[in-house]
Order: sequence, then C-alpha cells, then structure tokens
Amino acid sequence: MYRYDKFDQAIVDTRVEEFRDQVRRRIAGEMTDDQFKPLRLKNGLYLQLHAYMLRVAIPYGTINAKQLRVLAHIARKYDRGYGHFTTRQNMQFNWIRLEDAPDALADLAKVEMHAIQTSGESIRNISADQFAGAAADEVCDPRPWAELIRQFTTFHPEFSYLPRKFKIGLTASDNDRAAIKLHDVGLQVLRDEAGNFGFRVFVGGGMGRTPFVAHLIRDFLPATSICSYLEAILRVWNRHGRRDNIHKQRIKILVHDLGAEEFARQVEEEWQAIQRQDDDMPLKEYERIAAYFTPPPFEEGLSDELDLSDPRFAAWVARNVDAHKQPGYAIATISLKPIGGIPGDVTAEQIDLLADLAEQYSFDDLRPTHAQNVTLPHVRKADLYALWQKLDAAGLGTANLDLISDIIACPGLDYCSLANTRSIPLAQKLAERFADPARQLDIGELKLKISGCINACGHHHAGHIGVLGVDRKGTENFQLLLGGSGAEDASLGKIVGPGFTEDGVVDAVERAVEKYRAIRTDGERFLDTYRRVGVEPFKEAIYG
Amino acid sequence: MVEVAIPSNLRFRDDEPADEPGVSLDAFLDQPNAVSVRIEGGDDVRRLAPAFDRLKLVEVDFPRFRDGRGYSSARILREMGYKGELKAVGDVLVDQLLFMRRCGFDSFGPNQAIDLDVAARALSEYDYVYQPAADGRVPVWKLRHG
Amino acid sequence: MKLLTGNHLVNGYVIWWTGEGWSRHVEQATDVGDKGEQIAQVEAAACRVNNPYIVDAEPGPTGPVPNHIKERIRAIGPTVRPDLALKPADASAGSYVI
Repeated sequence: MYRYDKFDQAIVDTRVEEFRDQVRRRIAGEMTDDQFKPLRLKNGLYLQLHAYMLRVAIPYGTINAKQLRVLAHIARKYDRGYGHFTTRQNMQFNWIRLEDAPDALADLAKVEMHAIQTSGESIRNISADQFAGAAADEVCDPRPWAELIRQFTTFHPEFSYLPRKFKIGLTASDNDRAAIKLHDVGLQVLRDEAGNFGFRVFVGGGMGRTPFVAHLIRDFLPATSICSYLEAILRVWNRHGRRDNIHKQRIKILVHDLGAEEFARQVEEEWQAIQRQDDDMPLKEYERIAAYFTPPPFEEGLSDELDLSDPRFAAWVARNVDAHKQPGYAIATISLKPIGGIPGDVTAEQIDLLADLAEQYSFDDLRPTHAQNVTLPHVRKADLYALWQKLDAAGLGTANLDLISDIIACPGLDYCSLANTRSIPLAQKLAERFADPARQLDIGELKLKISGCINACGHHHAGHIGVLGVDRKGTENFQLLLGGSGAEDASLGKIVGPGFTEDGVVDAVERAVEKYRAIRTDGERFLDTYRRVGVEPFKEAIYG
Repeated sequence: MVEVAIPSNLRFRDDEPADEPGVSLDAFLDQPNAVSVRIEGGDDVRRLAPAFDRLKLVEVDFPRFRDGRGYSSARILREMGYKGELKAVGDVLVDQLLFMRRCGFDSFGPNQAIDLDVAARALSEYDYVYQPAADGRVPVWKLRHG
Repeated sequence: MKLLTGNHLVNGYVIWWTGEGWSRHVEQATDVGDKGEQIAQVEAAACRVNNPYIVDAEPGPTGPVPNHIKERIRAIGPTVRPDLALKPADASAGSYVI
C-alpha cells in the first residue's frame, strides 16, 4: 500500500497542529460554534447525538496491521472500546472528547492516517473496489489512481467551500463492487487498444432525498487528465450548484436540472480552459504511486484444493470466499454481521485480531467494504481453515455474505442526531427472524439495507429490500422499498406502500421474501424476480 | 513554516489602491471609465476579460463564508491573466485566508476584524501543497520529480 | 414543560439546564418556561454549552420525560448498548425511551 513520503507526512502533521490550535481557540471562546463547525467537520469531527463523533479516513478502503492497532488504541484510550465501519469504508468513533481530538489525530498521523475531509461540504474519502489487486476481472488495480486523486483533492483551495459534500468512487472492473454509479463522480478504469489507461466518467449519482443513478458523461478520458477534468466538474458545480436549499445542493441536482448532455458540455468547455494551466499530475507521479501497489510476493504453484469436510467451514467458504486471480489464493470476506449484533461494529480486541490476521494471512492488507464488512484480499487457500477457526472463535465467522442477514444499517437514532428512527434494533430483529442458516441459503442473495433517515447513509435506495425510517408524529415508522441495486446494474428501490411499525416491517419483509420464494423461477435472486414481475405481486402479498 | 509578513491592512500589494468602490458587473461593463467592479456569487467573471486593461480592482463578495463561489471566480480571473487587485470582502474569516490567497486574492476586507497573529500563522503553516493554484506555489508532485 | 439542552463543549456530553447549572441527568432538568432562549445565549457565549436548544417534555415519575424519542435517547444513551448508557445499572432505562 501507499507509504507517505516526507511531503505527505508534513501535510498531515501540519493539519494536526493547525486543528489543535483551532480547538484551543474554540474552547477559549475565540470562535463561535458556527465559525468552528466547518473547520471541525473538515477534520471529521461531528457533534452527534451523545457526544462528538470522529470519522477516521481509510483511503479507498485499504489499511494495514499497524494502522489497525492504532484504531484499536484510539478506541481504548479516547473512546469506549469499539469502532464502527461505515458504508464509505471509514471508521467512526462515537465518544471522542473535543479536547482529546487533536491527540487522537496526532496518534493517527504517526501511522499515516488522518480524518481530513471525512465530513462537511468537502471532497470526501474516495471509495474503491475492496477486491482491488486480487480480483481477476479488473483491468488494473484502481487504487493508485484513487491515491493520486486523494492527494489532488486534499485541501484543494478552490473547492473547500462546496455547495455540499462530494463523493468519488472507483472501480477497474465491469463488475462494480464499489457502487460507483451512486456516487457524485464514479470512475471506471479502462484500457484502450494501445494499452493506455482511461476513465469512464459518471456524474450525478447519489441517494438521499432525491436519488439518482449517475450519468455517463465521458466514455474514455485519458487517465492522466483526471485531475484537470475533476477540476472542471467541480468548478461547474461550485459555480452553478444551488446554494439556496440544503436538500437541492448536491451535484446530482445540477446534473438533473441542466440535463446530462448540457452538464457534460459545460464541463468540456470548462476543461478546455483549465487544460491550458498545466494542472495535471504527470504519468511518472502515477507510476511512483503505482509502485506501492505491485502484487505481493505470491507463492507459485500452490494447490487450489480445499478440504471442505467440516460443514461449517464449508458453509463459510461457500458464502464468504471469492476467487483470486493467483492460483492457490482466495479472497476472504469477514462478516461483521453476527446475528443479533450491531452491523459494522468491532471491539478494540476484534480490531487487534483483524490486525493479526491481516499480517499473518493476507500480506498485511485488510479492506473495509461499503457493506460494513472487511475483506482479506490475499489468503492462501491452504490457510483458509486456520483463518476461519480463529474468526469463528472470535464471533467473526458468520457465513452470511450477501445473504439476508448481511444487513447494511446506518447507526440510526441510537447514535445519530439526523435520524428519524433507530435502525440497529430493526437490523437485529430482521437478522433474528431469518437466523436459520438453511433458510438464508434457500433465500439466496438478498441485499437488505436500512437507513434511519432520508440521508440514506444505510444506502436503502440501493437495497434489493430497503427500509427507510420516517418520523410519524414523533413515533418511529418504517417504509419498505424494493428493487434497488448498487452494482453495475444500478437501480433505485421503489416504496411499496404505507409505512409500518418496527415489528410490522419485520413481518412485511418476511411476506415479501415468502412471495419471492413462491413465484421465483430457477436461479432467480430476489432482485431478479422483482424485476421480472414488478412491485404489484409483492405489494399484494405485503398488504393483503 | 514559511515566513509570511502580514500587512496590517491585509493588502498584499505594493501599488496604489483604486480609489473607486466597485460597481456591479453590469454597471462596470456599461461604463468604460469605471476601474473597480464588485462581483457577487452568481456573476460570470469571464465577462470581465475584455476589460482587463482598465480593471484595477475586483471585489468578490462572500455573503456567507460557506458560499465558496468566490474561490472559483478568483482563480478564473487569475487564469485569464488578470493582474490587478483581487479583494475578498464580506464574511471572510481567518481560517479561509490561506485558500483565498492560493486562489489569487491579494487583499481582504472582512466584516469582522481578523487577528493578525492568527492570520500570520494561518498563512505560513503549510510548507507543502498538493495542487497548483493561482499563487504559483509548486505542488508536491513537482518537488518529487523535479 | 420546556427543557433546555445541549452538549458540553469540551467533552461533548448531553447536558440539561437545572436552573443553576448544567447536569448530565435529565431528572434534574428544570422547566425553563419562556426564558430558554435567553439562558441559551448567555451560556453559549460563556462556552458552558454547545448547540443549545429547547425541548418539549412532560413531568414523569422520576423527572421530566422529553416528548420526542430522540431526546429520550439523548437522555439515556444508545438503546442497543445499555452498558454504555448514562446509568448502565438502571434496569428501567429501557422502558424510558420507548
């Protein structure tokens, strides 16, 4: 993975000291909260329901053991002994004291970590395919480009007071595991016939109050032009994006209002002007970064055989293990969704264990996913059993990847001041209703996503089944959506009908699932059946 | 830290200031003898290009510090070759000064007084920048590769 | 009744105005009537509270009970982590929220 040079380190260290002084000035009353708020948000520090919450960046979802151990240390020293993996591959701590935040950030800086631009109206953490560098279906590892873009967008002086937040996602595969079409900018890395890198550029995706799937505005952008082209996109939006209504200020609204064609035309026009300025990083900077992402020293000639005689191990392999491009290796995803647990939460002890396992079994490389699980990208097949035994002993061996109990849930009203409803108790009830492993396997792939409010941090629009928490006269109410997808076949879920109580929506989900089982044809996932028959049969089954 | 001298009037220029207040963009373009213009967030500063010869002062208004349109306006003007005074006025706080300088602003008219010591720190704090902008600072990638 | 609440500037904790100062315990919160905004301004300017606001509540057996579920969760702690609640040993905490 990327290693800071003296410039990267100096920038992060300076940011810590700058923030330390800003905190001092706030505590001394030299700044109002209104003045301090954008500054602390640019450093990932929210004022949340119970306390300050710190969101630490895990750039493009790549982290090593040393860094994981510092996250565990932060959890112990400054927080309440646990952290939460988010739907943008970051980690959140819920109980950080303002006066401790600079010290926590200083500890992170020592292991090349930060919380820069993880919140506020900033260019946020860049997310990427968690199988990068391991999957056979990628054109190249997208992460060097993600790192290049990360640097370019850090403290960009023109774009530090944007109309709203801005999220970039990257993949290098036609199989989109990073949900790029639901980002403000989605980039798919391609190669042309001559072998040159380029990007398919999508703009204007997003969930929230007004969800959209991103539009393709450029088929093939030469990759070394990505910085100037992003500047053109950001500049068009910075200048013309709405600033009168917080719910209408994301770039997706501008793209929709102008129409994708006109938006693309304005971007091209702006890009022509910017290109004359020589803003782009040269290819040799990309090559310098890419040198950190060469494949690890895989052993050659390893066997692909696996002893699956232990049925519980076999079940875990069947669900949680994916093919690796290198013979004898596998990609193992660790579910952070034990039945009845809190999706994405890990104790400090579990983080330490993940560090050990990454070091021992995956070339010191761990990937948080946007589904709030973590992936070990490079595991020898010969090591899978030992790995699984350790995971199983630690409560991390749940064999439910992409099954109905592998629920994405935002923190919800238990933690978040923006929420209308709690989402974690609902996730727990749903997982318990469907706890039977045989039943889950029979249902098959079903991505269930819960958001406690319209801000959609739980990605409910992209759920095969989605649940949205709404406030109905001060009580919690839940809307059910069907048919969303965050993959390359991106689609937005549709609300099925009137909302439910918490127990009611659990029953409603069960009726939808049973309807699917009753009418599915061979090999159809829930999503496929829904797309074939539409919402009416489900609506009837749910509401009677 | 890079040493930065802060003039007490927050004007980082040696020449004589224009003694006319800025008029609106439309008014400026309509009056061939005007030398100062005041840009609001939605104005298209590219319309000023033909008038650079006579233009001495561009004031860019920040009605709320969160409204970042002025940063693009400034940078576009510098990209087009504008060399006159570029002044950020309005809700300008000390923590925005560095970004504003980088975008090409060389003078400031904040609504509330800015502590000069804090300003000096804000402007000198960062030794390195990741991207080129209007201030001519060399981005890190150039330092890496020469 | 009207309660004044906010967060402690330095440690971020939820706090309630008692009439004399700030407490983490909602049972000690006082009815601020129509004086809430005034108190909030003074306290925020003195940095004794961050982001203060008024909350509707009804009197309850142990003290005021905020009308909105969000405020009840703020008063107690995350419902899914009773061990992290303000009073982890309080068995009745669970029924306070819902």
